Amino acid sequence: MSDFAVRVENVTKTFRVYTDRNQSLKSAIIARGRNKFEEFVAVDDVSLEIPRGITFGLLGHNGSGKSTLLKCIARILTPNSGKITVDGRLAAMLEVGSGFHPNLTGRENVYLNGAILGMSKKEIDRKFDAIIDFSGVERFIDQPVKNYSSGMYVRLGFAVAIHVEPDILLVDEVLAVGDMQFQEKCTEKFSELKADGRTVVVVSHAHDLMRTFCDEVAWLQNGRVIETGDAMGIVDAYANKEHRARKVESGGVRFGSGESYVTKLEWIVDGVDTRTCHTGDEVTIRAHYQSEIEIERPIFGTSLDSREGVFVWGHHSRDAGYVVSSIKPGTGSIDVRIPSLPLRPGTFDVSFSIQDRTGTHVYDALQRAIRIDVLTGTPIESGGIMTFGSSFENIQPPRPIAAG
Amino acid sequence: MVNPPFSAEVRGAITLTWTLALREVRAQYNRTALGRLWSLVNPLVTIATYSLVFGLILAGQAPPGINSKLHFFSLWIAVGLVTWTFLSSSIAAGMSALLGNAGLLTKVHFPRVVLVVSAVIAKAATFLTELSVIMVIVAAIVGPKIFLMIPVLVVFIILLAVFCTGVALTLSIVVIWFRDIEHLWGLFSQVWMYASGVVFPVTLVASASTRLFQDGISINGQPIPLLAVFRANPAEQFIEAFRALIYDFALPNWDIWLMTTLWACGSLTIGTLVFRAKQARIVEEL
Ligand SMILES: Nc1ncnc2c1ncn2[C@@H]1O[C@H](COP(=O)(O)OP(=O)(O)OP(=O)(O)O)[C@@H](O)[C@H]1O
Ligand SMILES: [Mg+2]
Repeated sequence: MSDFAVRVENVTKTFRVYTDRNQSLKSAIIARGRNKFEEFVAVDDVSLEIPRGITFGLLGHNGSGKSTLLKCIARILTPNSGKITVDGRLAAMLEVGSGFHPNLTGRENVYLNGAILGMSKKEIDRKFDAIIDFSGVERFIDQPVKNYSSGMYVRLGFAVAIHVEPDILLVDEVLAVGDMQFQEKCTEKFSELKADGRTVVVVSHAHDLMRTFCDEVAWLQNGRVIETGDAMGIVDAYANKEHRARKVESGGVRFGSGESYVTKLEWIVDGVDTRTCHTGDEVTIRAHYQSEIEIERPIFGTSLDSREGVFVWGHHSRDAGYVVSSIKPGTGSIDVRIPSLPLRPGTFDVSFSIQDRTGTHVYDALQRAIRIDVLTGTPIESGGIMTFGSSFENIQPPRPIAAG
Repeated sequence: MVNPPFSAEVRGAITLTWTLALREVRAQYNRTALGRLWSLVNPLVTIATYSLVFGLILAGQAPPGINSKLHFFSLWIAVGLVTWTFLSSSIAAGMSALLGNAGLLTKVHFPRVVLVVSAVIAKAATFLTELSVIMVIVAAIVGPKIFLMIPVLVVFIILLAVFCTGVALTLSIVVIWFRDIEHLWGLFSQVWMYASGVVFPVTLVASASTRLFQDGISINGQPIPLLAVFRANPAEQFIEAFRALIYDFALPNWDIWLMTTLWACGSLTIGTLVFRAKQARIVEEL
């Protein structure tokens, strides 16, 4: 076995884009010749190596060739040139539907789809209950799938694909259709696959998912790979580029329309702006802003990310019930008070944003503006990034407590 | 790359072909409560109509069965009709198998040829059912001698299925680029049916040819070779073979053996070549 689950070497895929297409013999005879077409390069000389056992993401704008590349890897499309080697059993979840037959029931489709994905009847029999359980559509399993909602479709399709127990799973955008509960199930399943040493290749526009989930990503633009490597850096770079974000001298990056913006962010403990603090400290986040215009009912938001990229916490003034009637042109500040910092020792980045009353327009989003180190304080708990102030008690049957 | 053993891939393709064919068959039979019985009603009605129109009203005659001494126009029609129906319906089903399964093709990888082959196999299942019914009826009238023909019958069923698969493979590709072929095929197959002697015997063609010659219509002083043209038709050859076996209890002539084998091999060769050449681009053109 090689170290790579998938190796893509100089793959190019072009499509024929017809001008005024008419797929009939009649018109071909009348026009006495083939339809006019142009070659459109959807994937342009792409080379990638996807190591075994990692979660690999494909990033890029609409039409950048992500789905086309996945389909080439899944052998649904044949590249014009180049070579793709896939080492292991592969299953793909591409777009909605996964090729169900609308008139057959869910049950029949599971068997059919399983067979198409390469499972034997015995294997499907064995996994059938697990599949139905995972999909959560057991109530509808004996109904034709044409009566399913699009979410149910995806759930069932995904359930079958995952139970193929592929060494390599390709997933294109499907998660967007499922509800929260299902998305969680899926990410859980991804972790499980990852822990088993299987390889997952995902395409998603959900940056949070990509950042926390992928180990490596490739950034595609107009069919070419412009960057590959460590997920966090590239996803951030991509997200920032997408938002036309600018680097800020004092740290972090910002995007937004800029009529009103954060000039300075402070992390205040005991009245001092600091970059180190302790678990359990009372902390005030103070944002200084400058506004060129008057903004009615602005929404101030702040969030913490761990250095590893986990979105730890976020809060905004509307949810807090703190609605300011308006801010006037000029400068000012606002505080967010944290009575007792429930973070275990670690390094965290603070972000702050100013949005309009609906939360749809961003005046300024200053991301990862300051980095703070949390040191050991009280309470001391054993692991993770959070402290709950929890305690152990109530041993049954009662025993004397030797130390506590 | 650790290539999965070749045979495993082929085995997978065969399993899949069967699964898909079974699905087709089930879908056909499960639609109604009476299921399988209903599927026989359609051919029965057609046979009855043709017997009535061509046998009774137009006073069509079939030559008596050579060894069987059968003289039963409806049975003669029945053998021709079910053979023809298998030929035309399996080609029609096979040719639209790719277009009709676009949803599958664009989402999963599997050998594309499986779709066409399984469509033909599903139609073959119907054909086998109908043939069995006819043979049981013949056996009831003439006796069980007919079952001796089964081994040869199997050979011809395979030859016919191979022929149909080849044509279907070619057309399934052509239809992706020229969608109206499907419609034209419907028209063509109507003409083809009458050109294949499903409802009248070959002797009629011979006499028509002579009649035309007597009326002074000829090519270079020779009779128009109607009969030769008629007999060059693969469908006619296959129907003759099945009639020989089931209606006459006789082995088909050597020239029929030869021609049907050639047609089957030729059709499959062309079909395979066309399919191979174009299958990489099926998905993006759907
Ligand atoms: N069958 C086809 N025929 C012609 N052009 C195609 C075909 N399939 C895709 N394309 C083109 O190839 C380009 C890449 O498409 P692709 O679906 O790979 O984009 P994508 O990166 O997945 O985009 P999205 O984020 O919207 O899913 C697009 O411009 C699209 O129009
Ligand atoms: Mg896509």
